[in-house]
Amino acid sequence: MSEKIPVTVLTGYLGAGKTTLLNRILTEDHGKKFAVIVNEFGEAGIDGDLIVGADEEIFEMNNGCICCTVRGDLIRILDGLMKRKGKFDAIIVETTGLADPAPVAQTFFVDQDVGDATRLDAVVTVTDAKWLKDRLKDAPEAKNQIAFADVIVLNKTDLVTAEELADVEAAIRAINPYAKLHKAERANVDIAALLDRNAFDLDRILDIEPDFLEAGHHHHHAEDVRSISLTIPGEVDPEKFMPWINDLTQIQGPNILRSKGILAFKNEPRRFVFQGVHMILDGDLQRDWKDGETRESRLVFIGRDLNENELRKGFEACAA
Amino acid sequence: MTTMTPPVSLREHVTPIAAETHVVAAHWLKQGLVLALADGRVLRWRDGAVVDSVEAHAGGILCAIGDGERLITGGDDGRVVTTGFEGEPVEIAKDPKRRWIDAITLSPSGNLAWNTGKTVQTRDEKGRVRTLDAASTPQGLVFAPKGYRLAIAQMNGVSLWYPNTEAKPEFLDWKGSHLDVAWSPDGRFVVSSMQENALHGWKLGDKPGHMRMTGYPAKPRSLSWSHDGLWLASSGADGAIVWPFQGDGPQGKAPRECGVRHARVTRVAFHPGALVLAIGYDDGCILMVRLTDGSELLVRPALRDSGISAFAWDKAGKRLAFGAEDGAAGVLALPS
Repeated sequence: MSEKIPVTVLTGYLGAGKTTLLNRILTEDHGKKFAVIVNEFGEAGIDGDLIVGADEEIFEMNNGCICCTVRGDLIRILDGLMKRKGKFDAIIVETTGLADPAPVAQTFFVDQDVGDATRLDAVVTVTDAKWLKDRLKDAPEAKNQIAFADVIVLNKTDLVTAEELADVEAAIRAINPYAKLHKAERANVDIAALLDRNAFDLDRILDIEPDFLEAGHHHHHAEDVRSISLTIPGEVDPEKFMPWINDLTQIQGPNILRSKGILAFKNEPRRFVFQGVHMILDGDLQRDWKDGETRESRLVFIGRDLNENELRKGFEACAA
Repeated sequence: MTTMTPPVSLREHVTPIAAETHVVAAHWLKQGLVLALADGRVLRWRDGAVVDSVEAHAGGILCAIGDGERLITGGDDGRVVTTGFEGEPVEIAKDPKRRWIDAITLSPSGNLAWNTGKTVQTRDEKGRVRTLDAASTPQGLVFAPKGYRLAIAQMNGVSLWYPNTEAKPEFLDWKGSHLDVAWSPDGRFVVSSMQENALHGWKLGDKPGHMRMTGYPAKPRSLSWSHDGLWLASSGADGAIVWPFQGDGPQGKAPRECGVRHARVTRVAFHPGALVLAIGYDDGCILMVRLTDGSELLVRPALRDSGISAFAWDKAGKRLAFGAEDGAAGVLALPS
């Protein structure tokens, strides 16, 4: 059928500035029409045409996979919206401040009808420069939202000193160095930087380099949620790698929030690219390795209580 | 079962209707046909021509049901509206929070039920409203064929609720998310469609039992009982899957597969008086299949982006109305 409708998931802890950002997206003159799914008890004052209240009803899929949770209300709402195709170009899903982004994201991979009609574009997390560090200490949800993000809006930078800002940025980077980070005051971020990211599109996974502006970021105490990057400077054996990654995500799925990889398979001219959310992996052979491109294999995990040594050993055992 | 020769065509007996937007439901009133449209309009059609269309909802129509006199629609404007063949639509209920009306159903005696958020409301023929706050979001609704009892598809099962009593609803449990629900005409079976591409059935009464009907490649969102109540047709596969409900039901029996094509069935509707099934596909095709011998008649050839979204037989079984997701619609008048 026609082109899939992009969906942006907007998360952020209470008071970080989600509603302000949402209103900016809706009112700015970008020529796009949005359908917006807001949580029912969210802050008032969102203007727009197609605003739908959601209940954030999460259920476990009946497939034996404990972390395979999806948003039932979202499936129903998207089904209803699809009858009104042509009325909007994109969908934004706002979650409550305490929400775990995983069930929202998983809905797009687990439900067939949703996956046929829409595509998850990116998870955008709004954070508060002044209070984020406190929240990282006392609110696991805030940490999850940072870990899960493809794009992070570091908001309210005008309320902190340059030093505090560097500090909070480093705290974010200790958890998720891969998300694109945009600093903002009153959520004044370029809308183009938030939309059409294709963060879950295998064809658009070009590299998995950290998004650092400057090198030499100061060292942080070990966070329970953090990212681990693994590299094999060569090829891997798919016969070893596929069972390993499947087992790993089956067993450690609840702790692995996001994963991504670009791999060089033995005797395979194309790059194998995958991305995952908890236990759900989506992988495919992508384009050919280019001349002059180093055939190496890289993985990134962002998760909670991950054992780096164990992961490294497991991955290295997959080398061809 | 497919026949090798192309099916005989009924195409020349179809009168097209330009509804212009996604047809959510089709329904025959005594005076003519009404179509509930995704842009909030109800289109009225009689004797081969569109009479008019009226705005029933400010937003879109999400669900619709009706009897001979009226079409009742639920919309994304949080309203329940009744529309006759003449005159303006009349609002009969409104959600104060303007939440979507997700499902609506009507009993033969005129009891109405709808849901919004986690609330189910019923309105009996005398206009008395009852409210049930469900533990998990109610989805599909259907009344028992006799009596004032409502089946509510929910998370992990189906509730059976007597709105006129204070008793807690009986809960038929089965793990998973239940979407649509159907009650057999003899009242003995309740069947739900599930998130996991399956149907689940419960045999009620003295010897209750479960029935698992699995193997669908997609969610079976359209269900239709045969006029004799012995068969349940369903969508969600490359042919209509028709389960036998004679005796103890379909458990351990194989379903019939009718009109198998390289497309997905989106709507099914049994003829009101014969074992003939109308089957609509996501590629726009419509076939009519006789259950007794599997013979097929072509009603509408495949048409790009025109997947079938609505069916309605008239009471006498002489006309079949259909609607599609691109706003195409039509009426087949069976040659006598």
